[in-house]
Amino acid sequence: MQWEVVIGLEIHAQLATQSKIFSGASTAYGAAPNTQADLVTLGYPGVLPVLNQDVVVMAAKFGLAVDATVAPRSVFARKNYFYPDLPKGYQISQYELPIVEHGHIDLTLDDGSVKRVGITRAHLEEDAGKSLHENLDGKTGIDLNRAGTPLLEIVSEPDIRSAKEAVNYMRRIHQIVRYLGISDGNMQEGSFRCDANVSVRPRGQEEFGTRTEIKNLNSFRFVEKAINFEIERQIEVLEDGGKIVQETRLYDSDRDETRSMRGKEEANDYRYFPDPDLLPVEISPEFLAAVKSAMPELPQAKADRLIEQYGLKAAEVEVLTASRAMADYFEAVAASADAQLAANWVCGELSGALNKDNVDITDSRVDAAALAQLIQRISDNTISGKIAKEVFAAMWAGEGGADEIIAAKGLKQITDSGAIEAVVDQVIADNPDQVQQFRDGKDKVLGFFVGKVMQATQGKANPGQVNQMLRDKLKS
Amino acid sequence: MAITRKDIEHIAHLARLEVSDAEVPAYADKLDKIIGFIDTLEQAETAGLQPMAHPLQMSQRLREDAVTATDQRDHYQQNAAETTDGLYIVPRVVE
Repeated sequence: MQWEVVIGLEIHAQLATQSKIFSGASTAYGAAPNTQADLVTLGYPGVLPVLNQDVVVMAAKFGLAVDATVAPRSVFARKNYFYPDLPKGYQISQYELPIVEHGHIDLTLDDGSVKRVGITRAHLEEDAGKSLHENLDGKTGIDLNRAGTPLLEIVSEPDIRSAKEAVNYMRRIHQIVRYLGISDGNMQEGSFRCDANVSVRPRGQEEFGTRTEIKNLNSFRFVEKAINFEIERQIEVLEDGGKIVQETRLYDSDRDETRSMRGKEEANDYRYFPDPDLLPVEISPEFLAAVKSAMPELPQAKADRLIEQYGLKAAEVEVLTASRAMADYFEAVAASADAQLAANWVCGELSGALNKDNVDITDSRVDAAALAQLIQRISDNTISGKIAKEVFAAMWAGEGGADEIIAAKGLKQITDSGAIEAVVDQVIADNPDQVQQFRDGKDKVLGFFVGKVMQATQGKANPGQVNQMLRDKLKS
Repeated sequence: MAITRKDIEHIAHLARLEVSDAEVPAYADKLDKIIGFIDTLEQAETAGLQPMAHPLQMSQRLREDAVTATDQRDHYQQNAAETTDGLYIVPRVVE
């Protein structure tokens, strides 16, 4: 039987505010337990939530970025359940009237085709605290620092058809929230995580199969592996004549498998109702227009512009627009150096060095102005591209700027044709056998001569000049 | 709609309330009456009306995104039954 996979993702993006969604407690990561848990966070009787205006702005920005409707009126609701990391006994969320509805993003698939994935809704809610079970004498410890941190839950339509597409979609959402500056997207710290709803159905069948939900996937790699495991598992159960049980499953990355979370799944009964402590959130056309005018350039628009403005290739632009910081860096370099060389260097040496040392572009050891200077020295023939790599390595190691290093190491290119000619003549005189081979039609030997000349000049001879001169002399 | 014993037990469980067998009929009777009021309310003509989210005809006031709370953990934790290293301690919640 041919099976078709149906996937929908719920992404939780932690919003990059200073304070919590409903109180003035800090949201900074990594503080000592419960030092950022104020009375509202702790759910003390009599306290009232007061909504943070920045979360409304951030949600609206997201809505605009995915061509969604930003609701003129949205309502907070209580989702009731008991768990120690939720002291009030309910999570404040949005249910019937979320702040964002009916959006979409377009994914570019491997074959170059474009696929639209619908975004059903995005709503605001508060995060819960953290439970710890280790070294506590068989008890559970609760840290409520994270409780009350603003989240935007982004729910996709069940439009995704493979684990790969799911990762593609998740990367795009990740890129958008980071461009907008509404979430730091840090997956290790849990600022960006995802639940996947997965089902399979016989190809051609209209109705969906029974789905399972895989919780708390916090890396792109785990999303792909967990979904692929779950697809295989479901197909195997169905082909053995079994039935899929609707349940919540957890992905175990150590064993690369998903496991049922509870033996006896209690049907969820959250008894949502509008939170009487909060009034409806109203967004006026003027407010929305102000948000719109402050929107940064989005990834797709930026990519299109870079291709148009600098004449770059799509593959380069994909690397350059991976993050806003990367694109900003490139444009800062291209402002005072050749754009194509700038793109080559940012995508090549610079990205390589950043990856190797696991440094973010914003902390790059070679800033944009310094890289621009290096590229200028290639353009004005002070150094060759090859020597430039050596200079770059020295710059990365903190030995100074390009000009400083070129001077200190004596790397300035030899363009004096008399000096080059002397070396070329010497190399030709020293290697009569290779000269004969070249004259017999073995063109490749030219490389040997270029190598010899470069060796004799410590790579400082201008390669173009050397090539031309060798050709002329060897032919005569 | 008649509220059954099962309904009472379910609602009590969701709210983590202990309701003894002897109390169930009384609760069922009271809840039945409440549902009865709602049946009356449902006779009102509501077509074309926006559902009310709050009795006040106002919209939510927003506050500036600023940290205003200070760390008062030691103070708050005096009310806790048990704490360790700044954590609130509760009975174990996973097997």
